Amino acid sequence: MTTAIDCHAGGLDRTAARRFVDDHVIGAADAWDRDQQIPRAVLEQAAELGVFAAAVPVEHGGRSVSMRTLGDVHEELGRGCSSLRSLATVHTMVVWALGRWGSEDQRRRWLPALAPGETLAAFCLSEPEAGSDTTAIEATAEPRGEGWTINGTKTWITGGLLADLFLVFARTPTDGVLPFLVERGPGVLTAPLPDMLGTRASALARLTLTDVEVGPDALLGPSRFAPGLVMSSALDIGRYSVACGCVGILQACLEASVRYSRTRKVGGSLLSEHQLTQQKIANMVTATTAGRALCERAGVLKDARDEATVMATWVAKYYSSRAAAQAAADAVQLHGAVGCSPAHPVARYYRDAKVMEIIEGSTELQQITIAVSAAREVPA
Amino acid sequence: MTTGDLRSDLRAFILDRFPQADFRDDENIFELGFINSLFSVELVMFVEATLGVEVPNDDLTLENFESITSILALVARLRGVEPAMR
Repeated sequence: MTTAIDCHAGGLDRTAARRFVDDHVIGAADAWDRDQQIPRAVLEQAAELGVFAAAVPVEHGGRSVSMRTLGDVHEELGRGCSSLRSLATVHTMVVWALGRWGSEDQRRRWLPALAPGETLAAFCLSEPEAGSDTTAIEATAEPRGEGWTINGTKTWITGGLLADLFLVFARTPTDGVLPFLVERGPGVLTAPLPDMLGTRASALARLTLTDVEVGPDALLGPSRFAPGLVMSSALDIGRYSVACGCVGILQACLEASVRYSRTRKVGGSLLSEHQLTQQKIANMVTATTAGRALCERAGVLKDARDEATVMATWVAKYYSSRAAAQAAADAVQLHGAVGCSPAHPVARYYRDAKVMEIIEGSTELQQITIAVSAAREVPA
Repeated sequence: MTTGDLRSDLRAFILDRFPQADFRDDENIFELGFINSLFSVELVMFVEATLGVEVPNDDLTLENFESITSILALVARLRGVEPAMR
């Protein structure tokens, strides 16, 4: 098995990401959550670090880091702010799809602006009546001359308010659902979706496309075979990123709980001395370690281009998202009323963690997929 | 890896995921009704791992991946050799 070497990472690694999160994210993330937006200046700092260039090939101005490193970076972002990690996730999904499935012209046109975050990207699959069920997609792409006219509504689009490039899945008359690169412009409207349960600063939007005219170069992927590949492989990258971000939430819950429990006294003794507290802490340590190990396995398999990464990523996301939700619930419980107030980030972790059980494949969809895989792997 | 090895590995790869599948080497597996996009990703990764290189975008066509025979032909072409006939 080969191991990818980050010879072009340009300083983008876990250590650099951790420093960035400690210095610029952790102290401000609650305010971003309340304001429901991340300041442009912070996104520019993230761009300087290379967050948006991570999956861009070097020849197009990117860092082209290994999947292991990408996972480390997204874990650290998730430790500080799931909204920021979510923006990095969807941008990376589109960047990765462009780098892998795009034509040379498409790569040259888009990737140099995507790498420094001058252009941000959003992944547009979900619709009001179509979540994971792509057969229900109603957005249409009608042939017009050599290009297409796109109409439809996409919703729950992370980063939609900030994006200038949208990877839109739309139904065609003859070739099913195809992926299109749509630039912000005439006919493209984004509206905020405020007051969500979690990831409130992730620029979530509803995207309305009205008679949007695109050229033949908007179609991503070379053939009828490619649309499924584009969608499934981009979702795989997204799932991996979310899984790693969940490990970040786990780590944040652990650190917050340890800090609080060794200063807070209950009945004359420190909270940390109570066995029920110790049980929660022990579970968080174990879950963080296990989730990180599952993500590392998925990342190693991706770097080795081993197809087993697909199922390893499902398992990593399934475990880490559920563990993060449990750890966040325990962290709030341990903090008591303080944990329910806006004065402490565990309330945000709790809300964000719940979202992770729903996005990039719900817990229930993961259970089905993993169980079906097990059924085929166990011999009769 | 010989063409024969690859042929049996491809068949094993598909049957590992879809044990109920019953198909000839030249039969279109996408018309059998059990293939999904997740499998497509795994199949391309498997072929690329076998080749040790990425399959060029222009070769990512349904026709190149629709049967064991067509995949063997693709691999042989990308390796610069003629596929063994049988």
